[in-house]
Amino acid sequence: MSYAIEVADVKKTFSGKLEVRALDGVSFNVEQGTVFGLLGPNGSGKTTAVRILTTILTADHGSALVLGHDVKKEAGLVRSLIGLAGQYAAVDENLTGRENLVMVGRLNHLPKLFVSGRATELLEQFDLADAGDRTLKTYSGGMRRRLDLAAALVARPTVLFLDEPTTGLDPQSRNDLWEVIESLVGEGTTVLLTTQYLEEADRLADTLSVLDHGRVIAEGTPIQLKAELGATVLEVGLSDHEDAGRAASVLEGVGAHTPNVSGRVVDVTVDNGPVDAMTALRSLDQAGITPTTFTLREPSLDDVFLALTGHRTEPEEPEDGSEPKVSSGDPDHPAQSESTPIPVGGNR
Amino acid sequence: MTTTTISVPSVSGAPLATGVGGRLRWAVSDTLVITKRNLIAYTRIPEALFFSTVQPIMFVLLFRYVFGGAINPGHGISYVNFLMPGIFVQTVAFGAVQTSIGLAEDLQKGLVERFRALPMARSAVLVGRTLADLVRNVGVVIVMTGMGLLVGFRPTTGVIPYVAAVGIILLFAYALSWGFALVGLSASNSETAQVMSFPLLFPLVFASSAFVPLTAMPGWLRGFATYQPVSVMVSTCRALMIGGPTAHWLIQALLWTVGILIVLPPLAVWRYRTRTSRTA
Repeated sequence: MSYAIEVADVKKTFSGKLEVRALDGVSFNVEQGTVFGLLGPNGSGKTTAVRILTTILTADHGSALVLGHDVKKEAGLVRSLIGLAGQYAAVDENLTGRENLVMVGRLNHLPKLFVSGRATELLEQFDLADAGDRTLKTYSGGMRRRLDLAAALVARPTVLFLDEPTTGLDPQSRNDLWEVIESLVGEGTTVLLTTQYLEEADRLADTLSVLDHGRVIAEGTPIQLKAELGATVLEVGLSDHEDAGRAASVLEGVGAHTPNVSGRVVDVTVDNGPVDAMTALRSLDQAGITPTTFTLREPSLDDVFLALTGHRTEPEEPEDGSEPKVSSGDPDHPAQSESTPIPVGGNR
Repeated sequence: MTTTTISVPSVSGAPLATGVGGRLRWAVSDTLVITKRNLIAYTRIPEALFFSTVQPIMFVLLFRYVFGGAINPGHGISYVNFLMPGIFVQTVAFGAVQTSIGLAEDLQKGLVERFRALPMARSAVLVGRTLADLVRNVGVVIVMTGMGLLVGFRPTTGVIPYVAAVGIILLFAYALSWGFALVGLSASNSETAQVMSFPLLFPLVFASSAFVPLTAMPGWLRGFATYQPVSVMVSTCRALMIGGPTAHWLIQALLWTVGILIVLPPLAVWRYRTRTSRTA
């Protein structure tokens, strides 16, 4: 099996007022035709890795190959083979959807006639046919992301880079985008995607690496990662702190993991969701504790981090030591909860 | 996915350039694509249209009818004839701020990021931006010519010197665009670009012979005001539009313009490379 992306011991430090080591010896390989996920919180180095692989930045150390071509020495060739979309790669909001696609197609040196046909085809495929001749100022966040992805696909890239493709999107738009990405993979495109959402990596990625402070702290398939972690998290809300403390000691007996108390919420990783949930409810009932909420959910990135590093993901470091982005007209960066709570007996 | 019947040069990915000729042809094509994109954007940004049309008209009316009565240019020249060459130069100088705002915005919004991951010519973003500003300035000088005639401007030298004057103004405007490209590439966002631009422009435009005769200025200011590029351009245009000794000014004007064009574009390109390869 040949690799579409090979990264070996890549290091990158940003000098400036504050020296930031964004990547500290990162290595991974991505097989052709698969989806690879780079999972990590803000500031972990995900975007820097994508920038290096898409020839926007050069690494200080190590080697990075896309389809066997060195991203530094053969940058021009690499650019003709890849597509880039995501939160930092933008579309021009003064142009219409179609004008944006045509521009990118022409900058890829594709013939006019082909580009025009391809634009129509992509607008239809991404459910933007009706909006194609409106300027992007009128687009919703989800529409912009779809157009952004369409722009990355104009030249039919062999390798596609998606930098946090769904960050800040509402659940419906996120789901739509996931479906689009899944259909691409069906066509044999190799995809590297970065995400803060374990749920997203779980759904889309064949293999993934977890990044923290510029280092790979875990790698494998989503199943392997989750198995290491325990399958699900049981989260119990109580009416006061005292109850929370008591509930924590009761839940100690459920499963093999230690419960965490934060405020009036107790969470504990369980290996066998529904069965452990029933045990938990019975034990709480026997102890005379009535929970206000009771949810069984997928482990969030935060849970993964806690398990792997012993610390929670740190909030909101600026990625790569860069200036914070003002993405105008795109109020798209709320702190979203890492995963959607799944009711007991839910869809997993 | 639905497959189209239109054939592609390569099954996937962008075609590759062959030889120097191929690369050059694509660099030209890339530049035109970016120029067109910037021109389309100008027509859709109300602020940019305002700066290009309403603001110069307001300046003409302001100086012609409000301040003009108090200014005597001397030598039996009417103030409107004195003023119009100055307003031309002032307008294109102010317009150059658009170059810095546009580039700062492209950087800020991440468009440059996308461009850098495309197999396009590196120079196209900057050349395409300055060329679009040149085209915009052609529109501006046409509006200004109409406006001038409307308020009583009467060029005395004939069509060819007038067209030559406009040509010199456009060349100077193009050179200035590169200077303000440098400003835009150094700013963190479009607002900063604008704020950085005006302190550079104000002394050049107002401590000049554009609106008042230099004899009205104190001696210490007159030295700067006589030889700085905006005054030189204004004097050249005055000579070409309403008569007077021309060669002396024309040589200086060309020296300034060529000098700026030799120094600033390489600096702007250097700034573009370092700026985009280091940060967002």
